[in-house]
Amino acid sequence: MYTQALNMAETDDRGLEDATKAAQFQARIDAEERIEPNDWMPAAYRKTLTRQISQHAHSEIVGMLPEGNWITRAPTLRRKAALLAKVQDECGHGLYLYAAAETLGSSREELVDAMLAGKAKYSSIFNYPTLTWADIGTIGWLVDGAAIMNQIPLCRCSYGPYARAMIRVCKEESFHQRQGYEIMVTLCRGSGEQKAMAQDALNRWWWPVLMMFGPPDATSQHSDTSTKWKIKRFSNDELRQKFVDATVPQAQYLGLTIPDPGMVQDAEGHWRYSEIDWTEFKQVLAGNGPCNRDRMAARRKAHEEGAWVREAAATYAAKRAQRQTAQAAE
Amino acid sequence: MATPNTPLWEVFIRSRNGLAHKHVGSLHASDATMALQAARDIYTRRGEGLSIWVVPSTAITASDPAEKGMMFEPAESKIYRHPTFYEVPDEVGHM
Repeated sequence: MYTQALNMAETDDRGLEDATKAAQFQARIDAEERIEPNDWMPAAYRKTLTRQISQHAHSEIVGMLPEGNWITRAPTLRRKAALLAKVQDECGHGLYLYAAAETLGSSREELVDAMLAGKAKYSSIFNYPTLTWADIGTIGWLVDGAAIMNQIPLCRCSYGPYARAMIRVCKEESFHQRQGYEIMVTLCRGSGEQKAMAQDALNRWWWPVLMMFGPPDATSQHSDTSTKWKIKRFSNDELRQKFVDATVPQAQYLGLTIPDPGMVQDAEGHWRYSEIDWTEFKQVLAGNGPCNRDRMAARRKAHEEGAWVREAAATYAAKRAQRQTAQAAE
Repeated sequence: MATPNTPLWEVFIRSRNGLAHKHVGSLHASDATMALQAARDIYTRRGEGLSIWVVPSTAITASDPAEKGMMFEPAESKIYRHPTFYEVPDEVGHM
């Protein structure tokens, strides 16, 4: 999930490459053929995808943090089991995506190091805190809901390994959204205090979730190449509008109010939202969101504290391999 | 110590009895035992499989997509290998 906001186009260096190959490549894309790892591809296509897929992977991994925060405090065993399974899924999604990114030629170690060094980004949404249990419901309902909106078109992305990873991810993500909405339904049918908690979570998450779709089409300078290469199939604003239209009736069912007094339904039935505060988005992307430093510190700590496990496993594997070679020589 | 990059494995899963193992993706693990356990955790969280194979990615030899024309040409010109190439009178019925 969560990559669109971060897409930046590469400098177009295709002029330097074999023009015939580039034309054949574009013809394959236009014919809806999938590009596979060993196929010829323009360097900028490789670079764009490596960045997009690895950022997507980092987002899945960092995305485990805000929710992991509530595993020990889930209100019932049923909720705890579901949340644990969901966080485990996010880890799995990160791993499918790292594997897809690696087929483009960078090692997982390099990709992870770039994230830990602060050189690679992850979705800005995970820089917001999860203050109450209602935030867990809201994340499932809205953050995963927005991610699904974003990821379904990626199942038809021109790069085979990415598209295949997305198909698996989308299947699993549907459970995430439903479990989140179930939490919201339960809170909204509960005491006045519980319903107020649900409303408060919606108030805090609504705008950051809309920002997940990335800058408005008018100012997003980078979509052209991605669209031409069929990495991206819908614009940021198209997906955002689809999400809003799908979400408003769900909020109405819950009896919650979307924190946008200016929102109106137009003649075609679309819910038109007010202007988004893009300064906030830029601030969070620049590292100044409420939790940016915490998230990075948690990732670095986990990586460092896991070093001995990686070393032990590597040493053990080397020792076993050595013994096997020695036995074979006897 | 500098840890070497963890080796890559390809994962194949047999979804039901009677079906062949199918490639589902890849993962990193330092040895075969850990690769199998990781494959179970990553690729069969919802009962997707009855059997798992893991193969070191380096053990796979692949055909070159750039030469697919030459590689698969012999099959393309031999339409007489397909049943529809042969004419059987209608009166004979289904064969």
